[in-house]
Amino acid sequence: MNVTKVVDAKGLACPMPIVKTKKAMNELESGQVLEIHTTDKGAKNDLTAWAKSGGHELLKHEEEDKVLKFWIKKG
Amino acid sequence: MTEKKKTTIVLFSGDYDKAMAAYIIANGAAAYDHEVTIFHTFWGLNALRKGENIPVKKGFMEKMFGKMMPRGADKMGLSKMNFAGFGPIMIKDIMKKHNAMSLPQLIEMAQEQDVKLVACTMTMDLLGLKQEELLDNIEYAGVAAYLADAEEGNVNLFI
Repeated sequence: MNVTKVVDAKGLACPMPIVKTKKAMNELESGQVLEIHTTDKGAKNDLTAWAKSGGHELLKHEEEDKVLKFWIKKG
Repeated sequence: MTEKKKTTIVLFSGDYDKAMAAYIIANGAAAYDHEVTIFHTFWGLNALRKGENIPVKKGFMEKMFGKMMPRGADKMGLSKMNFAGFGPIMIKDIMKKHNAMSLPQLIEMAQEQDVKLVACTMTMDLLGLKQEELLDNIEYAGVAAYLADAEEGNVNLFI
């Protein structure tokens, strides 16, 4: 997967992961992919809902050593 | 692009925890690309006060109110378990450990995200608060301006 930008939101609490994701997404072109790393347990639901509302596509997510990783394609 | 959605929040409470909830939702809504307005009235106005003492002309009652109310977001108490000021100290310590943002940081972040912060002018007069004492780059309005935003609001909250 061609990742354009990576957001490191590890250790940050709500609402920071979503705020940082949104800021990074603003800098992307449509079709580009953003990778997000977070340790916030609410992030799965948060980012899924956020991506849907903004017309973006959550390509995949995985968990690795308590770090949640997400890949979102800008809509 | 379609018209932006709107979130409006009335912050009536002057409690640290309630104001935190309001500002977390506001920052979240801004990240959702909503146009966000927080309308501060009554005790909620204290969240907008500057931390330092600003010398302004006031009557006796206004001065008393000014002294009795928290000067700025950081000085606000908790709605539960305030323990005469120990509660906020404890919770701020816990928040630091969890990397949660403090209320002043949340307010700053909201301003960065162009959340519209509005002070209710009628209650400012009641509580004797002057524009000089409140944060810069905020707006001043009344119920009609709030309703103009709220009637188009997708999310409207009273906290």
